[in-house]
Amino acid sequence: MARLGRPAWLGRPAWLGRGSATRPGAIVARGNALDRFGLGDLVAESAHGVAAKPGRLILTIIGTVLGIGSLVVTIGLAQTAAGQIARQFDAVAATQVLVEPSTSQTQGGRRTTGRIPWDVEDRLGRIAGVTAVGAVGTVSIGDVRITVVPVNDPSVATSAPPQVLAATPGALEAVRGRVVTGRFFDSGHDERADRVVVLGARAALRLGVNRVDRQPSIFIGERAYTVIGIIDDVQRRTDLLDAVILPVGTARADFGLTALEQAHGTIAVGAGPVFEAQAALALDPTTPEAITVQVPPPPSALRQSVQADINAIFLALGAVALLVGGLGIANVTLLSVRERVGEIGLRRALGARKKDIGNQFLVESGVIGLLGGLLGAALGVFVVVAVSLAKEWTPILDTWVVLAAALLGGVIGLAAGTYPALKAAGIEPITALRGGS
Amino acid sequence: MTLLDGLGESGPAPASPAAVPEFTGPVIELRDLTRTFPGDPPVHALRATDLSVARGEYLSVVGPSGSGKSTLLHMLGLLDRPTTGDYLLDGAATGTLPERDRAALRGGRIGFVFQSFHLLAQRTVLDNVLLATLYSGVPRNERRERALAALDRVGLSHRLDFLPTVLSGGERQRVAVARAVIASPHVLLADEPTGNLDSVTSEGVLDLFDELHRDGLTLVVITHDDAVSSRAQRRVRIADGVLTEVA
Repeated sequence: MARLGRPAWLGRPAWLGRGSATRPGAIVARGNALDRFGLGDLVAESAHGVAAKPGRLILTIIGTVLGIGSLVVTIGLAQTAAGQIARQFDAVAATQVLVEPSTSQTQGGRRTTGRIPWDVEDRLGRIAGVTAVGAVGTVSIGDVRITVVPVNDPSVATSAPPQVLAATPGALEAVRGRVVTGRFFDSGHDERADRVVVLGARAALRLGVNRVDRQPSIFIGERAYTVIGIIDDVQRRTDLLDAVILPVGTARADFGLTALEQAHGTIAVGAGPVFEAQAALALDPTTPEAITVQVPPPPSALRQSVQADINAIFLALGAVALLVGGLGIANVTLLSVRERVGEIGLRRALGARKKDIGNQFLVESGVIGLLGGLLGAALGVFVVVAVSLAKEWTPILDTWVVLAAALLGGVIGLAAGTYPALKAAGIEPITALRGGS
Repeated sequence: MTLLDGLGESGPAPASPAAVPEFTGPVIELRDLTRTFPGDPPVHALRATDLSVARGEYLSVVGPSGSGKSTLLHMLGLLDRPTTGDYLLDGAATGTLPERDRAALRGGRIGFVFQSFHLLAQRTVLDNVLLATLYSGVPRNERRERALAALDRVGLSHRLDFLPTVLSGGERQRVAVARAVIASPHVLLADEPTGNLDSVTSEGVLDLFDELHRDGLTLVVITHDDAVSSRAQRRVRIADGVLTEVA
């Protein structure tokens, strides 16, 4: 294509034709399609239109800002609350029960008023929904040392011995522990009062025991106990990890264990109320009040349904605000088209096609909507963060929700601008140029 | 962006209507052109008009209001279509061209100067002139250079960043002239260009027209003012839709 090689205004003007024939075809066909009203020009012209009246722009986008903002807030708070509930819902907490003797405050300090019977596993295991049960008690060993090798060396600095606990055979499963090596003791060890121990992982580390295949022994005072296993990863009674654990029968025989202090158990989800009603009776039929039972709270179905209702209401409000916002954009764009009839006529006279005019107004309303969407999304994020901060929650909001909300504003703007844009494109240049300024 | 593609501008683009390689005939040629507005009774705004404007001619059309001046201007500016007859621009018939081609011809071949200037109040002088380059196919990298040169030519280089609202009437009209000629049109159509100006500033604008004419631009000035029309090389009177040459 013949492009003007030099600016028309420098030197001889282009229309001069240099005294001979001009190139009539050159003007329209000159350059290429990219030089005609392109996307960049469209956006630039639309931006000027949008920015022409800032005050009106703000009023125009308020509806969209509020609509998009309330959508983002609703979704954001729903996600945040869901995250919060998920955080609180702990599978362990939902299925773990704890039974303790009741205590009462007396002049001599706190005293337990009830006691957990030795056959606690048997009694509680029969309750429907119980999957594992075990009990733990503290063993008092007096002033003796626990060593791997019984060397009586007075020069060694005395260190506090590890705690000695007694546990029933089901205790490991009841506190969700794991055997690292070896095994846990069973009811046989318990009944025979075998001199075996299981070490908590940290106690084993401290005593220097890391394998049990050679049947290492530890000495509690002068008595030797065979280490049959090492356990780790308990979810309750984490003091087990620092302890030397004896079977209850052994502890009773060797150290005169008098009472179990806690019974732990795991139950099926939802079995809490049944366990709560029956556990105390099963353990102490005559004075059930002497036993305290802790079960997980039932899931709050009611709260969740209320939450869903509130979300639906807020979403509906957001949708209404968006509708109003869209109508506002349509209204203002229509007004703008009426006001700018002269400009439209001028542009048409300068060679703009109907399409160019329509696109310009369409992009203007789209940009207005997008601005509203961006502001609304930002406002929404701010509110979600502020509420989370006030409630000490962790704000959770999907990035794509925010982006989609901002884009939704643009889509609403485009939809709202369609009719005004068609109107603008349909304006005849003659009527547009008559009068006006 | 395709939503408005089909708006009354459908139809295949014809082989460029201006594909005539070397055309030396009249820039404007009206052949037995009439324009009738429907009604009861119908209004005959233009009756069987023949008009030929040669390249480089400076023509003025005079007539009282209601005589058909505006209708003639709309015809010449491709803003309206004839009822019968045809209008040849650079020898190419335009009467039945699809709207998009007429828009392209408007942008590329015709420059408009209006009585009321039609400047965008919120855009600077430079932006107003650049506006004409958006739709006319002026190469992108020449736009600014050309606009600066055009404004320099009308003596407004010192007003580039002013808004039209702070300019005098004469200055505004000169901005409009710069806008009209930036795309190197084949013909400049002026509709009462001095109608809103006092006699001194009118002189300035008319002097500018004379200069453009000397440079070879074809001008058609429509006016009711004899002082304006007397500047033209050739005068045509219009009355009741009929054109007559004035000696």
